[in-house]
Amino acid sequence: MRYLPLTAGDRAEMLAAIGVDSIDALFDDVPERARLAGPVDLPRAMGEIEVERLVSRKAARNVVAGSVPFFIGGGVYRHHIPAAVDHLIQRGEFLTSYTPYQPEISQGTLQYLFEFQTQVALLTGMEVANASLYDGATACAEAVMMANRVTGRRKAVLSGRLHPHYREVCETYARFVGFEVSTKDPAGGEGPASHVDRDTSCVVVQNPDFFGEVRDYTELARVCHDTGVLLVVVVTEILSLGAVCPPGEMGADIVAAEGQSLGNALNFGGPHVGLFATRDRLVRQMPGRLVGQTVDTAGRRGWVLTLSTREQHIRRERATSNICTNAGLCALAFTIHLALLGEAGLTRLAQLNHATAVSLAQRLEQVPGICLVNHAFFNEFAVRLPRPAAEIVELLAGKGVLAGVPVSRFYPDNDAVADLLLVAATEMTTTEDMDRLEAGLREVLS
Amino acid sequence: MNDWSRALSDHEPGTSASFETVTGNRGLQIEEALIFEQDSPGHCGLDLPEPVPFRDRLGGLERQGIIGLPGLSEPQVVRHFTRLSQKNYAIDSGLYPLGSCTMKHNPRLNEKLARLPGLADIHPLQPVSTVPGALQLIDTLAHWLKTLTGMPAIALSPAAGAHGELCGIMCIRAALEARGDRRIRVLVPESAHGTNPATAAACGYTVDPTPADATGRVDRTALEAKLGIDVAALMLTNPNTCGLFEREIIEIAEAVHRAGAFFYCDGANFNAIVGRVRPADLGIDCMHLNLHKTFSTPHGGGGPGSGPVALTASLAPFAPLPWIVLGPNGLELVEHKTAPAENSLGRLKGFHGQMGMFVRALAYMMSHGSDGLRQVAEDAVLNANYLRARLADDLSLSFSGPCMHEVLFDDRFLKDTGVTTLDFAKALIDEGYHPMTMYFPLIVHGALLIEPTETESKASLDRFIAVVKALAAAARLGDTARFRAAPVHTPRRRLDETTAARKPVLRWRPEPVQRQAAE
Repeated sequence: MRYLPLTAGDRAEMLAAIGVDSIDALFDDVPERARLAGPVDLPRAMGEIEVERLVSRKAARNVVAGSVPFFIGGGVYRHHIPAAVDHLIQRGEFLTSYTPYQPEISQGTLQYLFEFQTQVALLTGMEVANASLYDGATACAEAVMMANRVTGRRKAVLSGRLHPHYREVCETYARFVGFEVSTKDPAGGEGPASHVDRDTSCVVVQNPDFFGEVRDYTELARVCHDTGVLLVVVVTEILSLGAVCPPGEMGADIVAAEGQSLGNALNFGGPHVGLFATRDRLVRQMPGRLVGQTVDTAGRRGWVLTLSTREQHIRRERATSNICTNAGLCALAFTIHLALLGEAGLTRLAQLNHATAVSLAQRLEQVPGICLVNHAFFNEFAVRLPRPAAEIVELLAGKGVLAGVPVSRFYPDNDAVADLLLVAATEMTTTEDMDRLEAGLREVLS
Repeated sequence: MNDWSRALSDHEPGTSASFETVTGNRGLQIEEALIFEQDSPGHCGLDLPEPVPFRDRLGGLERQGIIGLPGLSEPQVVRHFTRLSQKNYAIDSGLYPLGSCTMKHNPRLNEKLARLPGLADIHPLQPVSTVPGALQLIDTLAHWLKTLTGMPAIALSPAAGAHGELCGIMCIRAALEARGDRRIRVLVPESAHGTNPATAAACGYTVDPTPADATGRVDRTALEAKLGIDVAALMLTNPNTCGLFEREIIEIAEAVHRAGAFFYCDGANFNAIVGRVRPADLGIDCMHLNLHKTFSTPHGGGGPGSGPVALTASLAPFAPLPWIVLGPNGLELVEHKTAPAENSLGRLKGFHGQMGMFVRALAYMMSHGSDGLRQVAEDAVLNANYLRARLADDLSLSFSGPCMHEVLFDDRFLKDTGVTTLDFAKALIDEGYHPMTMYFPLIVHGALLIEPTETESKASLDRFIAVVKALAAAARLGDTARFRAAPVHTPRRRLDETTAARKPVLRWRPEPVQRQAAE
């Protein structure tokens, strides 16, 4: 077996050094009736060629996003990943290291996480960010639980325009962790502030919202703060912050975001990277790993994991969260991509996305039967179709166009959203892609 | 040795060897500023086209003012991150005997396959009809994991081990609630990973610690005395964090079941028994698997991980969404609490789980096969026992008898030397090794937990043994200065963690205003 360096001779020598005559002797503590006599019923070892062939065969059965006109977003966005990103994250020193518990030999990981925390704080307009969480949806649930700790209250009001997976994850955590979640209808009017009462710990909204609408939450933040409620702003398309006013400037207390758009592939939904930012005064209630700056015994600047008295490995059942890992390598990809972009690149990339989406919206508005729902949007918007969107999407998929996300996929029983289609455009979308979507829609709707 | 320690004594803080060069660099160890300190405004590492003129539709909410991100060219970025990488220890560069973390070789084939466009460049919200291969791959992974654990169901969406624990305890609570059974306590051995009590507490349970016996295993009598009608579950790691197999695990499982409780097993150490023991045969109801440990998906400096949870039949109906089930037209993706998932506890994560990790883990399992996985467990256990046997006279073994995949020592061998476990570990760094896990588990004093994994050769182990023996001898000879100063040959020496926590600086800010986070 190519990954196992011990030879038969080594094994015999080692057993002798240990003083036992067979490997089985080392498994003596296993109750006899639980010992398997031989290998379980699964295929035997394979070489690289065979494994690659079999896995590639499965991969070949999928329609690759990059091979077709592609307009799917809904919280995961197809962006260009610069070649340097994937090259650098595959350096073994990053890829095959553990959580940086030994700072003297982990300064590489610690420094990039410090850079990551800074980038996230800058982008979101917040004061401080952690070293990442699993994904945007779990970051959102962690934000609600943090708000509960900060306020001593147990009820979260969720906007109906919050990504449905984020809402569902909050609901799951709420049931088991023991807090209340009040959700608005996705098709109804907003005004989550009207649901705020004395038990409310936070209001959770999204920007751009699940339907792509860019919103101003400044007034909502004021109302929340007047009643001691925290405002949690979710961002599922982090690139939007290259063009849109950041949550920090609108008065957010916590930002929970998905960072996949920078540096990370679609990956069929994971792994991605959860971003989490807040205000300095709340930092000790934050979940997840934090990297802090310090000095070594020689007075040189360096970095360490810090404020770990919040964490499970120190506080055990009194920890702020049970989280142990972060999404280190995905955070690295994010950091490298954003370092390559810089201020000029990020704002241009955001402009490109917005320009493409504006152009696409203008085209689709001209198609008879299609109605643009949004007033303002970034790179994704919702259109109302004359027929159930899921049906149209299937028809277009048959023509080799992946047209977007039918909202009914999330709300199969809500007739009010059955005709809604989310359409995303990015810097990867070409004029030809848009031609094919427009032509396809005209055809199936005529 | 004496020359070396004399040289060290000249290096008081502030006059260390690192300042003998003009730059602070030492050969291949290069000082590297933060990206924010390398800003050339306007620079960009990518050439992006200028958008054609258009009228924006941001509704007057466009960003005002600058973000503050630095501008760098591609060569600057590549050099920056390459230099940072050179400040990290990694499995690729050496033995990483971090107990309980399973730092084994990460095959590069798995990286290659995870990047196939047909697996990486597919969207979780594509019409299901366009991703049959993805569902098939996930189903195949599930089949392997079910066969290896002997369990009938597997929940794949948890993003990490701790997330898997959350999933498992939630499933248990859902099952108890479904039968109208309100229970409030979860028993957790004192030797458990910190995530276990944190998880139980997060799910609203009172954590009741159970003691270990003199052999490092759960004290069954004490455990059984704690069982009662208010106990929801036992959370037990097996093999446990002392590296020992819980000999009485079947009796423990029976006692737990007699009390009407569930048996949760922390599967962090499954690599010791994979292919040789099926957890289902031990009476386990629920166990998470760390794909990033047993099945070698890379740790990546702390994630991303993946923590699927194997479930017994009584817990399976509560598994989180989504489910992949075989329907009349092949594999189907169930994304809502509708039949057959009407009792699912709901969603624990966005989308469908850590696909990228699934691909890597499956490729790993296929490469080894059922025979190779069995060999993995055997070699992992053999390597750990070899270290145990060869180091037994130099360090102090906490418990006698064979260990599983890791071996636990404590700090009795350092008694009266003036050297602590921490010092000893830091001295290993100077010798080119990542230290073992220190001060965990908590049930012995000054723990040193060593897990070599099966991907170390005998020659590699022999070199490590020689180094540990030499260091133990140096400690006994009273060479304390060497230990207390260590590490010296690293990009940084010991760092001031107290100040870092007391006055947190958690981000870069432009000079001269380096504000500090509120206390």
